[in-house]
Amino acid sequence: MKEKEFKRIYVWQLPVRIFHWVNAFSIVVLAITGIIIADPPALQSNHEAYETYYMGYVRVTHFIAAYFFVAAMLLRIYWAFVGNKFAHWKSFVPFTKKWFSNLFYVIKHDVFLLPYNEKKSKLLHIKVGHNSLASFTYLIMFILALIMVFTGFGLYAQNTSWWLPKLFSWVPVYLGGDFTARLIHHITMWLMLFLIFIHIYFVIFHDVKDKDGEVSSMINGHKFEPNK
Amino acid sequence: MAVTSKRETYLESILKMGYTRRDFMKFATYMAAYMGLENSAVGQIAHALEKTPRLPVIWEHYQECTCCSESFIRSDHPIVADIILDKISLDYTETLMAAAGEQAEAAKHDTMKKYHGEYILCVEGSIPLGDDGNYCCIAGKTAIEQFKEAAEGAKAIIAWGSCASNGCVQSAKPNPTDATPIHKLVSDKPLIRVPGCPPIGEVMAGVIVHVVAFGRLPELDGAKRPKAFYAKRVHDSCYRRAYYDAGLFVESFDDENAKKGYCLYKVGCKGPMTYNACGTIKWNNGVSFPIQSGHGCFGCSEDNFWDNGPIYERLTAVPGFGIEHTADSIGKAVTGAIAVGIGAHAIASTIKSKLKKSEN
Repeated sequence: MKEKEFKRIYVWQLPVRIFHWVNAFSIVVLAITGIIIADPPALQSNHEAYETYYMGYVRVTHFIAAYFFVAAMLLRIYWAFVGNKFAHWKSFVPFTKKWFSNLFYVIKHDVFLLPYNEKKSKLLHIKVGHNSLASFTYLIMFILALIMVFTGFGLYAQNTSWWLPKLFSWVPVYLGGDFTARLIHHITMWLMLFLIFIHIYFVIFHDVKDKDGEVSSMINGHKFEPNK
Repeated sequence: MAVTSKRETYLESILKMGYTRRDFMKFATYMAAYMGLENSAVGQIAHALEKTPRLPVIWEHYQECTCCSESFIRSDHPIVADIILDKISLDYTETLMAAAGEQAEAAKHDTMKKYHGEYILCVEGSIPLGDDGNYCCIAGKTAIEQFKEAAEGAKAIIAWGSCASNGCVQSAKPNPTDATPIHKLVSDKPLIRVPGCPPIGEVMAGVIVHVVAFGRLPELDGAKRPKAFYAKRVHDSCYRRAYYDAGLFVESFDDENAKKGYCLYKVGCKGPMTYNACGTIKWNNGVSFPIQSGHGCFGCSEDNFWDNGPIYERLTAVPGFGIEHTADSIGKAVTGAIAVGIGAHAIASTIKSKLKKSEN
């Protein structure tokens, strides 16, 4: 087997990495506490109600994590305007010719594992940032996150007197009540989890297959590109 | 105004009915307390009822069960039933008026003409629009014709109960008569929604007294409900809230936890999503309310509550997937499918790279 030479490229700037991990951590906390709130496990306890505050702690954790989630989201939106080309909002807006050809390339060779000719494949280099399928997925993820923020803060507005969550108090009214808002919040959580499972799998898949340091790139910011 | 000066005031009516001034003051205090007003408002209410001539009210009934009227006449204070309802019923209300047939219709048209732009229109029940509105006809006219005619000269419209404010059971799927709540049928009049199946009698009295005493609708929220009664969820004023916060739940209706009076969240209580005053004002003269009687709230004052999933379960069925499929059951199935897909992809890619290596 011949040796391959790799070039080290700085891709993910620090704010992107901070966003990623705050976002990831808050989603894990939000999903776990959210599932507990939706269907609390049966606690066998001899305590009186005034001795414990279990559900209260779960809920407050959910709300605190939600604020972290929103803060990270705002940081990422800001960085989409001032960050490098890999972080820029333009890299998420699809529907250019190049974007489509890369999309079909990724679907054909990464998802359906069809054979490809490495020498002929000019599109290989685009993968340093997000590939088309990934960037489109993150666009969907962003829309789902917005739905979560709107329905979540809409439901939360009743618990607070702060103006920020109160800004969203029209959402459940618009949707026809807390019932619907809650259902949408719950379904959207599942949709986000589906995309996250697939995201994690493909990150590991690319790391193994392309040896481009995909997993560690979100920690140290660097990816490896094969020299042509 | 020449017309209004002839009408007797509320105080005059009340005294004529044999109540004392003391009863009247108690009533004013009572109402101020229900509306959540401060002490100084008691005087304002008393003053307004003393000076204001009786407000003409037309109370229409369409597709409904009369439970709103039943609730109203059972409201706590006798003056509510005796004076407010007795007096307003003089003009027109199908259930309680003495007149019938042509005389009743004549009385209604008299009021509509004489007090054009002054009377309050109360609506109980939804209005069917399907089949040209023929599902509900009164005095030879369809409900929608009756309503449009009465709404035209009304000063304000009160939608009593879930039928009038969100369609209630008649508009549940498949809504055969195309039952429509009234706020979707009129846009140029001040309108207040008082949902509930039925609404609490004291809430209804509070709304009426507010309109009478202050000459305008009470403060409303985004969904046009009076803030004084619908600003909080049943959950927020529930005496079992401490059990919720502690994570102590009834698991099934016959278990030990149910006997201990734990939170009914897991057996389908809709209190956390329902805006109403049941926890504070309660029912049947403050005796109890559903949760206190050991049954979860089923959200009767929320839009579309009949179609919002099973009464005794937390999880709502996902539209388009049938009754049995909740978001969680679908979520688990799809997660399983994704896991299978990921596994297949991983195996296929491993085999492929092995094959490639052996080729090299």
